[in-house]
Amino acid sequence: MEKSEHLELYRQMVLIRRLEETAAELYQKGEIGGFLHLYIGQEAVSTGVVAARQPQDHVITAYRDHGVAINVGIPCKVVLAELLGKTTGCSGGKGGSMHLASVEKHFWGGHAIVGAHLPIATGLALADQMEKRNAVTMCMFGEGATNIGFFHEAINMAKTWGLPVLWICENNRYGMGTSPERASAVSEIIQKACGYGMRAYDVDGMDVIAVKNMVSERLEDIRAGNGPQFLEVCTYRFRGHSMGDPERYRTKEEVQRFVDKGPIDNYRKYLLAEGISDEAGLIAIEEQALAEVEDGVKFAHESPAPSDEALFENIYVEDAERG
Amino acid sequence: MAIITMREAISQALWEEMERDPKVFILGEEVGVWGGTYAVTKGFLDHFGPERVRDTPISEAAIIGAAIGAALNGLRPIAELMTINFAFVAMDHIVNEAAKLHYMFNGQFRLPLVIRTPGGGGRQLAATHSQTPDAIFAHFPGLIVVAPGTPEDAKGLLKSAIRSEDPVLFIENATVYQQRGEVPEGEFTIPIGKSKVQREGKDVTLVTYSKMVSYSLQAATQLEKEGIDVEIVDLRTLRPLDMDPVITSFKKTNHAVIAEEGWKSYGVGAEIAARIYEEAFDYLDAPIKRVAQKEVPLPYNRRLEQLALPQVDDIVNAVMEVLK
Repeated sequence: MEKSEHLELYRQMVLIRRLEETAAELYQKGEIGGFLHLYIGQEAVSTGVVAARQPQDHVITAYRDHGVAINVGIPCKVVLAELLGKTTGCSGGKGGSMHLASVEKHFWGGHAIVGAHLPIATGLALADQMEKRNAVTMCMFGEGATNIGFFHEAINMAKTWGLPVLWICENNRYGMGTSPERASAVSEIIQKACGYGMRAYDVDGMDVIAVKNMVSERLEDIRAGNGPQFLEVCTYRFRGHSMGDPERYRTKEEVQRFVDKGPIDNYRKYLLAEGISDEAGLIAIEEQALAEVEDGVKFAHESPAPSDEALFENIYVEDAERG
Repeated sequence: MAIITMREAISQALWEEMERDPKVFILGEEVGVWGGTYAVTKGFLDHFGPERVRDTPISEAAIIGAAIGAALNGLRPIAELMTINFAFVAMDHIVNEAAKLHYMFNGQFRLPLVIRTPGGGGRQLAATHSQTPDAIFAHFPGLIVVAPGTPEDAKGLLKSAIRSEDPVLFIENATVYQQRGEVPEGEFTIPIGKSKVQREGKDVTLVTYSKMVSYSLQAATQLEKEGIDVEIVDLRTLRPLDMDPVITSFKKTNHAVIAEEGWKSYGVGAEIAARIYEEAFDYLDAPIKRVAQKEVPLPYNRRLEQLALPQVDDIVNAVMEVLK
C-alpha cells in the first residue's frame, strides 16, 4: 500500500470518529431526532470494506450507517445535514440517521428493519449477474441479523444462484443488549454460512489493513465466479446500541478492554512505528477532520428545512404524469 | 376485438412486454418448469429461458426483496407470489421497503417493479388460502395497487404496470382466469389510476372492482328486468384512487352501492362510502349500502363458504334497498 492510501484510511476513520462524537452532542442538545446509532469503535470495518471495492461494486448496510456514508464519499456536511433533517441532506431530510444513501456512489442505504436489506442485496447482485457487469455486492449487517428469517432466505437464494455477494457480518457482540450466546443456536456465526455451503472467513475488525486485505481477496474470488462468500468481522461498539442505552448487559471493564485496542489508536501507532507518517502529519489529519465536522455543522445549521411542499414530493416517480 | 380469457390476457401482456424490453424478467415459485401454478406463464421458459423466467425457492421475502434489489439496479422484475395469502410472509418487503424506498431516500431510488398475485375465495381452500386482503395493501402510500375486473383491463393495466417506474401490486382473482372478454387487437395500454364506467345507467351508482365487476354486471342485467338502470364504476386501481367517475356518477344517480369481495370492516367500501359522504353529501338521497364478505375466516365447506362470500343476489338486494 502507498503511503497516501494509508493516510486516506486514517483520515476516514478519524473523520467518522469526530462526526460521531459531534452527532452525540447534537443529539443531546435535541438537534437530532429519532434514533442515533453511533459507529464509534467499528470504524475500521466499513473503512476497510469500502477501501477494498472497485467503483462498480455495491455496498448496502443496516441502520448504523454513518461510517459507510463517509467511506463512500458522501461529504460530511451532507451527512450532518441529513441528521439535522435539512433539505441539503443526502435524503432531503426525509430519511434521517438510519437512511443515508448515494445511488451515484453505489451505496444503497442505510436500512432500519433488521435483516430486511439482505434480500435486497441478493437482488442487486442478481441484476449484475444477469447484466454481466462483473460487480460484487457487499452487504453488511450485524450478528443479530443472522437470527431473522430474511438472512436465511437471502443467502440461500444467493448461493443457489451463484450470485456475486460478499455477506459481511459485523459482529459487535450485541444485538441491542443480547449477545449471540443468549440468542443464537450456534456460538460461531460463521457456522451459519457453512450450513449453506458457502466459503466463510473471519477477520479482526479492529485492524483496518487486515479488513481491507481480506475483503480484497474475497472480492477477487467472487469476481472470478466462485459465488457468494461470507465474512465475519469481529468488532465492538464502544457506545450504547443507540443513545439512551442503559448498558446493563456489559461491564465498564469489558468496554475498556476493547477501547484499549481501539481501531484508530491501533492504526495510529502502526503508522508511526512503520514511519509511514510522523506525529505532525497525523495531527494535521486530525485537525483537518475536526475542522471538516465543524464546517459541516455550520453548513447543516444554515441549510434550509424542507418546505411544506416537500411533504408530498417523491411518493411516486410518476406523480406528475398521473396528475 | 378478440375474445380471450383473463389468463390469456395476463399471459399476453407478460409475453409482449418481455419481447419489447429485455430488462423485463419474471421470478417466482413454479413460474418456469411448471409453467405457473395457474398456467399464466406456460411456454415462457422455452421461449425466454431460465434467466428471465426464474424459478425461485419458497422464499417470499427473498422473492420480493430480490425483485426490489434488481429493480434498483436497473432491471424491471415481475415478481409472482403464488397467492396473495403468501404476501403476508413478504409483508415487510412489500409495504415497508417497496412502498417506502423512493420517498425515504428522497427520490434517489427507483423501483420499476411489479408484484403479480392472485387472491379471492370460493375454491374451498379454507381460511388461509382464500383471502381478499386488497384493502390492507391499498392502505400504504408509495405502493400502487391495481386490481382489474375484465380481460381488457387486465392486459392493458399489466402492460402499464410493467412500464411504470413505481412499484405496482397487481392483484388478480384466482377464480376468474377462465372468464372471457373482448380485448382490442394489437398493442394497447390502459393508464393506471383511472376508474372506468363499465356500464352506463341513471338510477344507482354501483362501485366495484376485480371479480365483483362481473357479479355487478350480472346484477345489473337482473335489475334491468325490474326497470332499474344501474351505472357500474370499476375502480380498477385502488391506489392512487380515482374518485372522479364515482362522484360524477353519484351526482347523477344520488344512490350508491359498493360491492367488494373482501371483508366489510375497514374495507374498500368503507373508503369509497366515506369519500362520497365527504365530497357529495348534498347529493345523497339514501344511505349508501356495502356488499362484502361476511366477517368470518372463510370455511372449507362449500355451502358455508358460499354463504360467507358476496353473491350476485346480495348486490341485487342492496340496490333494491337503497332505491326503496
